[in-house]
Amino acid sequence: MSKTAGSPKVANLNDLLAVAYQIETDAVDRYNLLADQMETHNNAELVKVFRDLARAEGIHGEEIRRLSGDFDVVAHARQIAKFERGESPEEAELGSAHYLMTPWHALQLSLAGEERALAYFKSIVETAKDQKVKDMAAELVEEEAEHVNLVHRLLRRYPQPSESWAEDLDPPVPQE
Amino acid sequence: MSTVDTRIARKPAEYKSDIKPIWCPGCGDYHVLMSFTRAFAQLGLPPEQIVVVSGIGCSSRIPAYTNCYGFHGVHGRSLALAAGLKVTRPDLTVVVASGDGDGYSIGGNHFLHACRRNIDMTYVVMDNHIYGMTKGQPSPTTEPEFDTALSPGGTRVRPFHPLVVALASGANFIARCFSGEPNETAAVLVEAIKHPGFSFVEILSPCVTFRPDEKAWKDLVHPAPVTATTDPGKAARRIMTDDGFNLGILYRGNREPFQPAVGATNIDLSELEKDFEL
Amino acid sequence: MAASPSISIAIVGSGGAGALTTGNSLLEAACAIGWHGLFTRTLGPQIRGGEAAALVRLAVHPVECLPDRFDLLIGIDWLNAHRFGSEIQVTPGTLVISDPQGGDPPPMVTRSGARIVEIPMKQMAKAIRDGRPNMIALGIAGRLLGLGVDQVVAPIAKRLADKGPAAIEASQAGIKVGFGVAAGIDFGMQLAAPSASATRRWLLSGNEATALGAIRGGVRFAAAYPITPATEVLEWLAPSLAKVGGVLLQAEDELAAINMIIGSSFGGTPALTATSGPGLSLMIEALGLATSAEIPIVVVDVMRGGPSTGIPTKSEQADLNIAVYGLHGDAPHLVLAPQSIGDCMFTTQWATYLAETLQSPAIVLSDQFMGQARAAIDRPADVAFIGARSVATDIVGAYERYALAANGISPMAIPGTRGGQYTADGLTHSERGIPTSGAADHRAQLDKRRDKLEHFNFGDHWAMVEGAGDLAVLTWGSVTSSAREAIGRAAADGINARLIAPRLLLPTQPERLQAALDGVKRILVVEQTHGGQFHRYLRAHYDLPAQVRVLNRPGPVPITAGEVYRAITEWR
Repeated sequence: MSKTAGSPKVANLNDLLAVAYQIETDAVDRYNLLADQMETHNNAELVKVFRDLARAEGIHGEEIRRLSGDFDVVAHARQIAKFERGESPEEAELGSAHYLMTPWHALQLSLAGEERALAYFKSIVETAKDQKVKDMAAELVEEEAEHVNLVHRLLRRYPQPSESWAEDLDPPVPQE
Repeated sequence: MSTVDTRIARKPAEYKSDIKPIWCPGCGDYHVLMSFTRAFAQLGLPPEQIVVVSGIGCSSRIPAYTNCYGFHGVHGRSLALAAGLKVTRPDLTVVVASGDGDGYSIGGNHFLHACRRNIDMTYVVMDNHIYGMTKGQPSPTTEPEFDTALSPGGTRVRPFHPLVVALASGANFIARCFSGEPNETAAVLVEAIKHPGFSFVEILSPCVTFRPDEKAWKDLVHPAPVTATTDPGKAARRIMTDDGFNLGILYRGNREPFQPAVGATNIDLSELEKDFEL
Repeated sequence: MAASPSISIAIVGSGGAGALTTGNSLLEAACAIGWHGLFTRTLGPQIRGGEAAALVRLAVHPVECLPDRFDLLIGIDWLNAHRFGSEIQVTPGTLVISDPQGGDPPPMVTRSGARIVEIPMKQMAKAIRDGRPNMIALGIAGRLLGLGVDQVVAPIAKRLADKGPAAIEASQAGIKVGFGVAAGIDFGMQLAAPSASATRRWLLSGNEATALGAIRGGVRFAAAYPITPATEVLEWLAPSLAKVGGVLLQAEDELAAINMIIGSSFGGTPALTATSGPGLSLMIEALGLATSAEIPIVVVDVMRGGPSTGIPTKSEQADLNIAVYGLHGDAPHLVLAPQSIGDCMFTTQWATYLAETLQSPAIVLSDQFMGQARAAIDRPADVAFIGARSVATDIVGAYERYALAANGISPMAIPGTRGGQYTADGLTHSERGIPTSGAADHRAQLDKRRDKLEHFNFGDHWAMVEGAGDLAVLTWGSVTSSAREAIGRAAADGINARLIAPRLLLPTQPERLQAALDGVKRILVVEQTHGGQFHRYLRAHYDLPAQVRVLNRPGPVPITAGEVYRAITEWR
């Protein structure tokens, strides 16, 4: 199923700002949730990675809020920015999380999210009728492309781990 | 369901507690929790008017992760506990959470009778086709050939079909969801909670630890091609013949929910003694 | 002819002979004019048409135990009556009315040396249109007891009210024939005139009294799964709860029943279920949940013969162990036992009050004997024990459901209360209710649940303590009535004994028993178990004097006053 099927309708600039804002906020929540999971499962390195990612997305969200000026983008986002099928594009896939995951895995998740966001805004550039929407979407595409590059740069620091990354010699622990 | 207060727009975060789940990263139940909080927010219910009741198992940990009232009871009996609660407190919104072991195995009998009784509540079963809390034993929905330590070579026993059982037993609303689609699941939960009587929502929720193969579910699930039917016969045929990955509301019944009149009366208790007077 | 303070009548019949209706009607007629009385029954295993015996004891004073011997035995027929040999004691002093067409009297009659008067009740009934032999038996018994025809007809007319006047006339005709034929029989006994009772009197069973006590204590929800001999508690509650705005839900099994009441109580509605041994066994797990989650509930166990399916229609006291020790883990809870039919009401009401106050499950151990027996009793005094749960309201800040309060009782938030949201849990939890496996929390909550019970002042109701003497009879439950009567008889012989019957079995009350035993040198433990469960329980929890004797016997035959009397008087 397409990650962005059933996306909200973007008819004007305000709609676009709201959707963009929501995408960033959803990403923040998701990274924080993953950081919490890693905290519970004692993967301290990944806690930091996910918190950093959450913080970065939060900054993006704030930028959009600033861009919106007097317009209440938060309220509007709550009204219109609902992805009917699938999830918000930039949200990291929860099902791919693993308690032993490495920064490389986290960055892969992040990369996939950024690429989905990029594709989403590109689709708006292509389909939007309103020139202002087109222009703003193009700006957002540029920004997401920059994020994609950033993740790629980060990935140079974290090479792909060996195949045994998920090996745990301790068996799972029965509970209840 | 309790009266919805539409004046206050509520956020999903209001329904989340500060307790961090112990579920494995990658577990579908995280998504289900998300669906719960989103559904509650959409309904605009005050958290204190909701009670989430559960039994034992991974899925049954969910009540404490919400900011609602909760009851994490014994294995398999959540529906009975919820029945006693709801008939005496019809003002509350009661959501029961269970898993395929808790709900279909040890709690199987209560499932039948809860469907039959048709008390206004929503029953959510997070089905991962395995016992997770006890390290991967086969559940009633595990495939016959699935190999486990407890069933070397597979159980060779036909899995249970919860939706058919629910329909045959009288459930008034039947839906199937996939945890990986929390918005769709939340939308179904909203409908389930609003629907009068006993609503049954089966959520396919993969177990990353003991059933990594279930990661493939996200590519197998698909929305039901047709809308919900009110005809149990039609629903039976649909549910019996679908591929098990058909998502959405599959049946909406119109049976009256069971709710006896309760509340203080003016009768003097000495009235009751009259039977015994000599 | 000397007037006797008590007369006992047994009526035996099978295949729809109506022995039980006869016995019940006799009880109702006698009690309506001021006598006290007790009715119990003993039955074959058939659902319909089986052999049945109605055992009726009438007296000028309240009676709640069976006699040592029967003064009058009426055999409407004797088919399979031999099965009652151990329960109906026939002596040379017994008058036996026998229908010559009803088969041969059983050995308990033929070997007793009792006087047998043959009356062809069946044949006489045939002469009446729709006549029944049991009405002739009722007439005979009524006449022999010195009742008037109208007094005997009245309860029958009430029972047959919806069957129309013809049915009542037929019964009346039969009763009259019975009166006529009994005029020629010298019973040789007469019941002393009834004394005017100062209080209103009730005629009811222990199971009905239990149900009334529950409602008086505040119970407004019951979950029901039928089981003999507890079902009458639930059947009385079904319409009665509806009258007071409560509700009874029939459960799919006992596991559901107990979880339903936990759910109801969690929602703020005091709740009860009633069952018997097999059902209690199924409820044990959830009783532990109610202990851990501190949910007040009341479970009435109307004990029957065990183990397993045992003897469903007969009494025993052998569920004491499971009630006290059955829960896994360290799980302090309340166990109470009524001592008589009237006390079923008090004890159940008190149990509800205690469960609510202490946020604890309470098991009420009634038994088949008092549960299903009917007796005319003085209306029990009203008591003020009405559910008083400590409830959290106006919650500000973080709510701690299981806060370590000084008395161990932490206010409970009821769903709907803003700010009180918590998850009740059977997992070991912190004060906030959050699951934990930490040693400190585990210990703290175990202490809390123990202390709230142990530090509570249960007052004088903990036991019935009567009389004086260096010998104490220690007993419990329905056996208390037999012990009391035995002590009364021994006193007439100049032997004084004390009666101590704990109503509160858990938490134990060592200091109170110590005080009750002041000056006691010998203890006679009386209980209806095969394994001496009560004796072992006493040994485990209390310091007893050196001299202890145990009179224990399993069911199904009730322990009589005569047995206890002999045990008292033979111990010199």
